Amino acid sequence: MFGLEEQMSIEKLQVKATEIRRDIIAMLGEAGSGHPGGSLSAADIVTALYFSVLNIDHKNPRREDRDRFVLSKGHAAPLLYSALAERGYFPKDELMSLRKFGSRLQGHPKIGSPPGVEISSGSLGQGLSVANGMAMAGKLDGKDYRVYALLGDGEIEEGQIWEAAMTAAHYKLDNLCAILDFNGLQIDGPIVEVMNSNPIREKWTAFRWNTMEIDGHNFEEILRAFEEAKKIKGKPTIIIAHTIKGKGVSFMENVVDFHGKAPTKEQTRQALEELS
Amino acid sequence: MTEMIATRDAYGKTLVRLGEIDKDVVVLDADLSKSTKTHDFAKKFPERFFQMGISEQDMMGTAAGLATCGKIPFASTFAIFASGRAWEQIRNTICYSNLNVKIVATHAGISVGADGSSHQCIEDISLMRTIANMTVIVPCDAVETGKAVMTAAAMKGPVYIRLGRAKVPIILNEDEDFEIGKGKVLIDGSDATIIACGIMVEKALEAAQKLRVRGGTNCRVINISTIKPIDEQLIIKAARETRAIVTAEEHMSKGGLGSAVAEVIVENEPVPMRMIAIKDRFGESGDPGELFREFGLTEDDIIKAVEEVVKK
Ligand SMILES: Cc1ncc(C[n+]2csc(CCOP(=O)(O)OP(=O)(O)O)c2C)c(N)n1
Ligand SMILES: [Mg+2]
Repeated sequence: MFGLEEQMSIEKLQVKATEIRRDIIAMLGEAGSGHPGGSLSAADIVTALYFSVLNIDHKNPRREDRDRFVLSKGHAAPLLYSALAERGYFPKDELMSLRKFGSRLQGHPKIGSPPGVEISSGSLGQGLSVANGMAMAGKLDGKDYRVYALLGDGEIEEGQIWEAAMTAAHYKLDNLCAILDFNGLQIDGPIVEVMNSNPIREKWTAFRWNTMEIDGHNFEEILRAFEEAKKIKGKPTIIIAHTIKGKGVSFMENVVDFHGKAPTKEQTRQALEELS
Repeated sequence: MTEMIATRDAYGKTLVRLGEIDKDVVVLDADLSKSTKTHDFAKKFPERFFQMGISEQDMMGTAAGLATCGKIPFASTFAIFASGRAWEQIRNTICYSNLNVKIVATHAGISVGADGSSHQCIEDISLMRTIANMTVIVPCDAVETGKAVMTAAAMKGPVYIRLGRAKVPIILNEDEDFEIGKGKVLIDGSDATIIACGIMVEKALEAAQKLRVRGGTNCRVINISTIKPIDEQLIIKAARETRAIVTAEEHMSKGGLGSAVAEVIVENEPVPMRMIAIKDRFGESGDPGELFREFGLTEDDIIKAVEEVVKK
């Protein structure tokens, strides 16, 4: 274990997740565009990763034995940037430069920009393959780092996800843990209406993955799932996390339109008030 | 008779050599390892070979992930599946991240022959050279292939190397140096310049020889194996000194070597130019000789083009 000096209590994680949600709203309000819904739905999962699970070192972002986090659903970039800033990778002030000309905080993640961003993403469906490659390299080098990849439930409609699912099982990548942000919505509507991909858990099981299903807003369940995943040998794990898109902001929760629409000034104020 | 070796065979042998020298080299293939010749590496270094199955997009992403961890991945399949099926993975995951992935694609061009159009990639130079950060190399023979592969492994950043299926004659000497971004004058001349890549270099040399023997036209012949970054200085010099240019490639005229050369000439030293290339159509089944005649890629086609530009 390196990086964090002390393990965060569940209460502290909850506070941190609220701070991260506030960052997301403030950044998007300032930027005037971007994706709140899927950033907020995964906020608890990503908070748990960055403040309890990942072996990472903000003073040495490219340390070879670090755990890797791949944000495959790259449109949740504000969430990643906030987690990195809160974790000390770069000054929090910089968050307000999101999506602006000259900023390191591009609209979708760009590798190394800022340090801690492990791979460029934004085109959906590609991150799981990258995570596989990282996990294969770890096995080849006899390193015991772990690789985490966050996928969207709409994203897994991409064929490449299933190519990568086969690869991870074929190469027995038990150092890989995917998390599915199962919020039930994509851009054009509910998943079941746009492209009904059910049954999802059975699909991953059939692809020879270890599967778990949790409440993606319950830190006890999130942390337990990550711990259990570490113990599974010979196959990759996917944690299917039931979440609420827009979680934490009343007027964004389960609202399809807040997938890719930034809050207005008034909505920003209101959301920050709810999140205080 | 000069020795005939397919560039993909040279690739297979070079990979094994590379694998011995550099433990970070890993190889990925999408169920074509016997044809792309990565099979030799797989036998020698099974733990560093990743069979990806028929999933080219996943292969490119996996190669990207390996590269982020310091590996030097060589990803191989046929040119159409590498550059076509996985184009966006190459663009967004590999090249935008400027990762150290080497894509070595075989079975480019109509010299694939009998398999027909679905397997004859005539668009890859164009597709690959429009992506920022990408280096594009088209070796003309087995010797240059070996050097291109070794050099690509030694440089940082994404590289696309275009290889063929067919056996091709050895043109270059083993002791000549190879530098990415540098073209080479193979024959000097002052009346016109033929700029070629890949399998067409040999035809360019033959065309130049015939023109010389017939008397009258002394052609300069340039082998441009790096299509990107292209050797602008050498091209501008040739345009300035010979005042006429013909390009020759086994690829569509749109976006290929001819286009790349034209981009340089138009901005720097406009001179009459002709492109020997495939004109806006798909390939067909047949033997390579028949196909090269049908598609206008013979030395006689080059000669005709030279005569036209010289007259202008
Ligand atoms: C390949 C690709 N196609 C389309 C898009 C546009 N797009 C961005 S987000 C999105 C919906 C994603 O839905 P989901 O994965 O469920 O994300 P979440 O609900 O977590 O925000 C789409 C279609 C894209 N970024 N990439
Ligand atoms: Mg969703």
